[in-house]
Amino acid sequence: MNLAIHTQNLGRIYKIRGGKKTEPKELEALRDVDLEIPRGELFGLLGPNGAGKTTLIKILTTLLAPTSGRAWVTGFDVTKDSHKVRARINMVSGGEASGYGLLTVRENLWMFSQFYGIPSKEANRRIKQLMEVVGLGDRLNTKSSDLSTGLRQKMNIVRGFMTNPEVLFLDEPTLGLDVGASRDVRRFIRQWIDEDHFRTLLLTTHYMVEADELCDRVAIINEGRVLACDTPANLKRRLQQDAIFKMEVSPLNGLNVDSFEGLPGVRKAIHVPKDGTAELDLILEKDDALGGVVNMMTSNDVHILNLHKREPTLEDVFVDLVGRSMEEVEAGEE
Amino acid sequence: MKSEQWTVDSNQWAVEKNSGLKFFLQTVIARAYPRIIGQQREKSWMFFDIFLPLLAVSAYVFVYRAIGAPEEYVGFVVMGGAMTAFWMNVLWSMSSQLYWEKEMGNLALYIMAPNSMMAILLGMALGGMVATLLRALAITLLGSWIFDIPYAVVSFGQLFLVFMLAMVALYGMGMLFASLFLLLSREAWHLSNLAQEPVYLFSGFYFPIKSFNFWVAMSASIIPLTLGLDAMRQLVFPSGAALGFLSIPVEMGILSGLCVVFLTAAKLLLAYMEKLAIREGRLTESRR
Repeated sequence: MNLAIHTQNLGRIYKIRGGKKTEPKELEALRDVDLEIPRGELFGLLGPNGAGKTTLIKILTTLLAPTSGRAWVTGFDVTKDSHKVRARINMVSGGEASGYGLLTVRENLWMFSQFYGIPSKEANRRIKQLMEVVGLGDRLNTKSSDLSTGLRQKMNIVRGFMTNPEVLFLDEPTLGLDVGASRDVRRFIRQWIDEDHFRTLLLTTHYMVEADELCDRVAIINEGRVLACDTPANLKRRLQQDAIFKMEVSPLNGLNVDSFEGLPGVRKAIHVPKDGTAELDLILEKDDALGGVVNMMTSNDVHILNLHKREPTLEDVFVDLVGRSMEEVEAGEE
Repeated sequence: MKSEQWTVDSNQWAVEKNSGLKFFLQTVIARAYPRIIGQQREKSWMFFDIFLPLLAVSAYVFVYRAIGAPEEYVGFVVMGGAMTAFWMNVLWSMSSQLYWEKEMGNLALYIMAPNSMMAILLGMALGGMVATLLRALAITLLGSWIFDIPYAVVSFGQLFLVFMLAMVALYGMGMLFASLFLLLSREAWHLSNLAQEPVYLFSGFYFPIKSFNFWVAMSASIIPLTLGLDAMRQLVFPSGAALGFLSIPVEMGILSGLCVVFLTAAKLLLAYMEKLAIREGRLTESRR
């Protein structure tokens, strides 16, 4: 198979220095990651903050050396042939403030294009063309310090795409963007990959909808390990036999997720407190198990305000694999 | 975004990319661009980089005239004041540049691109040098006009050569400091503060370095501006040669040595910094 990205037992351990007298601590950010991503695929890495997504991207973009295992991008070893890898890739991170505020958008983009050896005339042609595509054609001569977060991220997106890389890495590309700008960026990404089957894109995100909507395949990653890797549809199919309910209820009056998970037929419960109410997501083995949940609520004077059954999402897959929601994992990190 | 306008395809973009020396020079020019063009856009530089240094120069001129010092000293002060701009640029801008690039998120992009990091660093140096040249020239012209400085240039060719050697050695030192300051992170600020005033004194910015004991002046010659300034003064002022520290050929020889030492050390330290950055993963990470 013609692989764009290939990793074997890839691992990374960070040494975190303590005080002068204390030994450095070790933090395992990646463990035994095996991935095979063919050319032409839009591949998603889905996981909470601190799961190891950025560490993996840094290794694949030659910015960080692995402490175990190996990785190849476009057939070249990322540690031994880093220069060959660099000529074929690019990366855009969400929320990055790269470039210089005193330069205009066109000047910043031109500067970065020169670091890839693109002749100046061709670079200016690409910049103009891509800026039109992302709807920033009239902002070419605006100082980049005068751009809003959303417009700046679009400029960053152009920076990544203008070198026409074989493999593009997008690290949380819609981080901090409003709904409209995020939708625009997602559409742009999908079109870019569909337009040429030689292109490959690896995207990290902790937005489930983004991974579901965009990616051909998704790897769910947590605590440095890949827990599952498949198409979004196949991942969700794992839970097809389960019954998934979303409830809006009054405050739980002393009940908690353990109370519900102790009931027969309840596989998982996620509780999200809201202002004066609460949201409860339930993964049940069968619809019948809902009766026990309702009875427990009634006997504890908890009122059901809204209830509906829904299709499984990647969030449910994550909960099923990790045992906690992504929000709970991130809260635990803090 | 306008999806209907999406016409970018790889065939259309199949162009020969530059490589080798052409690519190296292309990178140098691109990285110099923000400093040469961008820095001129904030007009406040005229106040901070020309008017304020001229005030410092004026103070020394009035002191020298008040005590009846030889008139050549006034010229020495103006030239020293102009060259101060380069020292300030190297100390506060060039040296901390990689650190700021890291904080802005540019350093990772520079390392990840297929260009040479040495070309990036050279671009920073070239940009800083050209931008500062404009400030130094303004101080020289204004100072010479206000204080009516007499010049008697012995050799324009030698003057240009000495200036270029001093600049290459000085910015080579700045390139070395850039990697060093990145490794030292925020502690580097203290080093800059520590170095600023002593170098003003020991490099003889406002008086001839010959006034010092030979070994003090020789030690101060590690800073390229010390000998650069001394040789330039010998070449442009009527009695400059009499107040010079070493002969011009000797000073040019030492400056050439400093160029080789600083540029080689800068290249080695940059390669070490890049290796360390990739091994540890810390140096390219911004704190934001």
